[in-house]
Order: sequence, then structure tokens, then C-alpha cells
Amino acid sequence: MSDPRNLTIKEFCAACGQAADIDFTTLPALPHPYEGWEEKPLAAPSQTVMTNLDGTTAVRLKEPQTEEEKEQLVERFLAGLDRLFSREDNWTFLQPFLLSIDNCVKCNTCAEACPIFEASGRAEIYRPLFRSETVRRIAKRNRSKLGQVFDRLTGSDLEVGWESVARLAELAYRCTLCRRCAQACPMGVDNGLITRELRKLFSQELGIHPAELHEDGTIKHLSVGSSTGMNPMAFRDIIEFAEEDIEERTGMKIKIPIDDQNADILVMHNAGEFLSWPENLQAFAILFEVVGLKWTLASDLLGYDSVNYGLFYDDVQYARVTLKHAQVAKDLGVKKVLMGECGHAHKAFMAIGDRLWVDELNIPRESALTLMEDLVVNGKVKVDPSRNEFPVTLHDPCNMTRSMGIIQPQRRILKKICPQFREMTPHGVDNYCCGGGSGFAIMQSGSFPHWRKVISGRKKFEQILGAFQPEIDDPAIKKYVCAPCSNCKGQIRDLIVHYDAWERCGIHYGGLVELIVNAMVDVRPGFIEWQDIM
Amino acid sequence: MGLLQLVVYACVLVFLVAVSVKIARYASAPVHMRWELYPVAHEKGRHHYGGSIFEEPDWWEKPRQLDHANEIREMGQEIFLLKGVRLNNPRLWLWSWPFHGGLYLVIGWMALLVVGGIMQLAGARFDGGVPALVRGVTLVVGYAGMALTAVGALGLFLHRTRNGDMRRFNTPADYLHLLWFAAAGVYGVAAFGAVDPGFDRLRAFTAGVIGFREAVPLPAATGVAVALGMLLVAYIPFTRMVHFAAKYFLYHEVRWSDEPLRKGSALESRIKQALNYGVSWRGPHIQTGQTWGQVATAGPADEAATEEKR
Repeated sequence: MSDPRNLTIKEFCAACGQAADIDFTTLPALPHPYEGWEEKPLAAPSQTVMTNLDGTTAVRLKEPQTEEEKEQLVERFLAGLDRLFSREDNWTFLQPFLLSIDNCVKCNTCAEACPIFEASGRAEIYRPLFRSETVRRIAKRNRSKLGQVFDRLTGSDLEVGWESVARLAELAYRCTLCRRCAQACPMGVDNGLITRELRKLFSQELGIHPAELHEDGTIKHLSVGSSTGMNPMAFRDIIEFAEEDIEERTGMKIKIPIDDQNADILVMHNAGEFLSWPENLQAFAILFEVVGLKWTLASDLLGYDSVNYGLFYDDVQYARVTLKHAQVAKDLGVKKVLMGECGHAHKAFMAIGDRLWVDELNIPRESALTLMEDLVVNGKVKVDPSRNEFPVTLHDPCNMTRSMGIIQPQRRILKKICPQFREMTPHGVDNYCCGGGSGFAIMQSGSFPHWRKVISGRKKFEQILGAFQPEIDDPAIKKYVCAPCSNCKGQIRDLIVHYDAWERCGIHYGGLVELIVNAMVDVRPGFIEWQDIM
Repeated sequence: MGLLQLVVYACVLVFLVAVSVKIARYASAPVHMRWELYPVAHEKGRHHYGGSIFEEPDWWEKPRQLDHANEIREMGQEIFLLKGVRLNNPRLWLWSWPFHGGLYLVIGWMALLVVGGIMQLAGARFDGGVPALVRGVTLVVGYAGMALTAVGALGLFLHRTRNGDMRRFNTPADYLHLLWFAAAGVYGVAAFGAVDPGFDRLRAFTAGVIGFREAVPLPAATGVAVALGMLLVAYIPFTRMVHFAAKYFLYHEVRWSDEPLRKGSALESRIKQALNYGVSWRGPHIQTGQTWGQVATAGPADEAATEEKR
């Protein structure tokens, strides 16, 4: 096993066994009051699936048993790599992929922007350039004897065996696709894109992907109606329960509309909200009731779950889900689709999806953040900021900010309704990922969640502590991390639990709409309940 | 025609053809999914903080307001000041900026040699008036360009060899490129300085080249300098140094490409055309052999196999 700080691409490809072992006891220190915090190491590697990258696994690949299986793994990988360069097979991302593969000058500017690389103590395997350059050199290998002479000049004389292919399958899931590296790159090369293409290669050619994204993600979504496994009947039950809960909490009798053909707006939430954060769904319902919007939810399959995990790993699955979403909106005849608080759903619907919602499927899509800004900042709902008199900071979901440019609406709202609002550093379009992006927040296999909390989420936890430093020593002062994104909330919840941050520092989390409703004078005070985070 | 003149023609031709092929490859790629990255330079009133039209309610009803001036300003800062490198990697910028500045001056020098060559073909004398001015500027730009290129290339070479993070990824080709630039710059200054300090013979040679006539032969020393330089020019398109052309696409076709899809637009037509492309991916959930449109509207190919795997 090599020193993770000195591993070369050649060693990565040629190594037998585990390529690197990250020492969790020597990671960069966290700020006060976690100076002396000791991280537990990763649990012992599984014996049933491969962990030959860094001791944990996201894709749970089993070791090939026969020589034929090993050869096939390599052959299929190389065939898939060829397809990434194909006009027909990869029209979806061919141009950006070609440009990023061809034009990296290896200046390493990307590495300094990467939160995972930094938080790991600069382990080479997590350097953005390391992953991309490995793919690049394999792709540029020459097949002829003469060409192989030139390979030595360009570093493409690599061994590509089944172990290195298996490692690459895992390495594709050690980046949250946050694209901070792309933003820092003076060329515009996008290592996040190359990582996503690598994931796509494994899924679309070899059928290798994390089960949480595929079998328990998009497959379940397409067949049952939601990636959570919630079918339309269960959805209706949850809505009924939400109405009862709203009445109990606020005294308001609200009928949440479902499949209303007279509605102007179809609201689509991440179905995870219904199960994990029902107060988010309820808050939207209360807000829309008070302002008198003509809105509806949909109970058609996929209509009540805005997620699209295909965005993270597979163009085919992405397309299948987004076209079904478009059809639901079309069948209801709404004027627009409003995206609830889910970052990747924003991007899947409004940015990427913009290219696939063609003809009569081209129904306008809008972020709930812009609608809420109009309601709050323009005084269409009356708010009392003193109801939110506690420290609040904002986590910026990467997909909303860096990938879509939705930066100010959420800030204008918070400045109006939260007297103690303060920014993280950096923020906005320069934000750090929560560490749960690209599907990480739902990936629960083996020790991967531990890796996610300690490594990919470390920078975000550092930022949260930084934002609340003035009050950090008093857990009686409740502090709120506003995260208008379901996956980000899941990750931040896990960080808070991992670091006992609720008990030690009084740090809580939630969405943006809950803060709005908590401040609304037309709603009974105390909508936000400061409960212990399990 | 002499060998050197033929080499010049061949190198220019190779450069033009190879760069054109590269540009054509990027330009002819099919329409792709939106993949913009904020800040986008042409977002009027919002580019300074990275905002977009998505911040507007009912954004699709509003006309897109593009700030082309800021886009040009950003491009200019990127090209001439290497703004991105300066902000994100200042230690690298210390060498990268003189290197690129030197290259721009060398390009200017070559253009001035062509201008001078045309003047010479027209019978101009370079002892007064505009021709003398051209001669003088050519002198300054030429030596400054070669010197700055050499200093920058050597600095980058040292940076690459001494910086552990970069050294790990260096290949023999990376060293070769930089040393070649440095050698061409150093040798050029030395050779021309000794043998043709005013570039007069080089100008006469250039006149022959652009006029497709028998060019005045160059002394061996400066002939080698020209050969070194022109062979480097021919080699550039086959390396990542061709990023000078690719950067246009990286920014305008990808990073700043945020055109929304409108019904009936040319963009929509291109998308529909792409949906007719065939799929040869072999994943178990994909119907290999069908079109993208068919595959995207079908269910997973093997629900049974997926269940078994689960």
C-alpha cells in the first residue's frame, strides 16, 4: 500500500491490493471547539466486496472470479471509454468532454479549490487532476507498437488491468461533482464533468453503479413512482397526515391540492422531504394558502418526486426520469412547474432538462426561491423578523449557485426575516459543497457514510463552525443552518449527528421556507421546533 | 527554392491544417446538454456576483439581456492578463504571464515581418518614413518577444521541476515543450543578435516566402533559428498547447453557454436530430441498438435482471 500523499498514476494502475490508506487521525484540524476531536478510522474493509481504492466502497463491486471475468471487465471498460468519444453514443456531453480531456495543462490550480482533496490531508487519489489525468492517459494510449513509443513521452504507458479498472469505478465516487475545480481552472477544464463521464461509462456500459442511485434510485423511481419507494397511495396518505399535522401545529385547516386541473402551478418536491422533513412540505402548503396561489401537487407516478438521480451517473436514466416529469406537467395542463427545495432537481429540471423538454413538453420551470423572494421581499406576506431572533447561516447548494446562478433571492429573504443572519466564508457562487452532493448523501453502504462525514463533509462543517464562532460556546443559543436543498440537509444532519453538534453547540438545520413560515404573522408562532436531531 | 523555405511552407501548412482539424472537431460536435458554470460573463447586472436570469420570476417571459461588453472585457483579461491564473495560482502566474506575453509579441513580430516583407516586395526602402518605423518596431517586438518567451519558458520549467504537486504529473513531453520554447527563444536572440541584428535578411527571406519566389538564403545560424521556431509551430497543434484555440469553445460553447430552449428554434431542431442517434451502450438497463429517443421513452431493459441483482 502506497503513501496516499505520494501515489503516482503508474502506481495506482499497477498496484495490487488497496491503493491508499487514508489516516483519519492526521486530517486537518477543525476549528474551535473541535480542536481536539479525534476521528475514528474507517471500519475494517468488507471481505465480500472490493475496497481496493481506499478501504471503503460506494459501488460494492465483487471481485471477478475467473480470468474471463477479469478480461471482460477491462474490455468493457475500454469499449465504454471509446463510446465516450463517440458522436452518437455521447452527443449529450461530447463537446465539453473532448475539450476537458484535450486541454488540461496540468497546472494543478484545480487541486487548491477541491474540498475533498484539502480535507483528506492532500491524499493524491482525491486530487482532481489525478483522476482526470488517469482517464486521459488511458484514453490516449496508443494501440500500435510505434504509438507505444510516444506513450512513454506522454505518460500513457499505463497498465490497465482489472484491479485498476475496479479502482477507477470507486474513484468516480470520491468527487461530489461540485465543480469548484472547474471554476478555478484558467482553461475552463471541468474535472467534475470528467468524473461524471467516468460514472456514466461504468453505468451505461458495464452496469456498475451504487445501488442507492440505480436499483434503489432511478429504477425504483420509474417503477414505483418515487426513489423512496413511496407509491401514489402512500403519497396520498402522507399528504392527508400533513394536513392533520398542519392543523394541530397551527390551527389552520388546509386542503393540500392534488391533481387539480385548474391549478396554474405544479409544485414538485424531493420526496425525501415528505418522509424526513414533513415540515418543509407543510410550510410550503401554509405559505401558498396564505397568499392564495393556485397550485397543486401531482399523484401520477414520478409526479410527486422531483429527484433525478440519473443526473449523477447515467444519461439514459436521467432522460427517462426527466421526460416522465415533463409528461406529468403537460398532462395537468399547468402554466409552470415550481421546484421545491432540492438543488439537483433544480438543475435536472431547469438547466440540463432545458435541452430535453422539447415541443409541447417545453413547460416553464421556476425555482421556489424566486417566488418566495417575490412574496417576502415585496411584502406580499407579512413577517415579523423577531420570531427568527437566533443565529442563522446559509448553506449554498452547488447546483443552485454555481450551476444555475441562483444566488441573491435566498439572501434577500434571509436578510429580511432573520436579524442575525450571517454568511459562511466563502459563499454564493464560491461556496463549498456540503459533501453529500452527487448522491453521496443517500449512499449508505458499509463505511462510506463515515468517509462522507469525515472527508467530503469536513470543509462544510468547518464553515458552519466558522459562521457561528461568536456564539459557539453556548449550546443554549440555538443556531440554524439554512439549507434549501434536501440532499444537503441530509448531509448536514449527518454532520451534526456525527460531531454531536446539537448537544455541544446548539446547531440545528432546516430549509428556507420553514424560516419564512416561522416569521409569518398570519401563522401561530413557533412553527420551527428545536428538537433533538437523531 | 531552398530547403528552409520549403520547411517554412510545410510547417505553416501543417499548423493551419492541424489547428483547423482540431477546431472543426470541436465546432462540429453535436449540441450538448447545458453545462454552464457561474459567473457567466454576459449576464447583465449579475455577472459580478455570479447570478443568472433564473433569479427572475417568470424568467422565460423576459428578454435575455446580454452584456457583450463585459464578455469581451473578461476575454481580454483572460487572454492578455491571464486573469484566472493570477487569481487562483499566483505563483504559476509569475512565469506563465511573461511566457504568454512573449508568445504574443513573437506573433506580433511575425506579423510585422510579413508587413515588412510586403513593403519590400513593393519596393520600399527601410531607411525612412513608415518602413523605418515598421523596421524599428519589428526590432523591439522581436527581441522582446523571444527574450520574454525564453525567460517565461525557463521559469515554467523550473517551477514544474521544483513544485512537488506539478512534478508528479510531468511527462517527458512537458519538459520537451518548455525546453524547446526556451531554446528557440535563447538561440533566436543570440543568433539574430550576432548575424542579423536588424532582421533585414530575415525580412527579405520573408518577402520571398510570402511572394512565393526564391527567397534570399539566410545565414546558417539564423536559418537554424527559423527552423527551430517553425518546427515548433508545426508541433503545437498536436499537443495541449492548442488550448489557445480550444479556450474559445470551453468558454463560449460550454461555460457561458446558457441559451434557453425555445419552441421551434434551431437549437430545438438540433436536439431532435440528436435524439435520432443510435445507442450502442451495453448496460443491462439499455436497449442497445435503438435510438436515443426510443431508449429515453422506454423503461429499463431488464427489470428482471435488476431485481435479481437487488
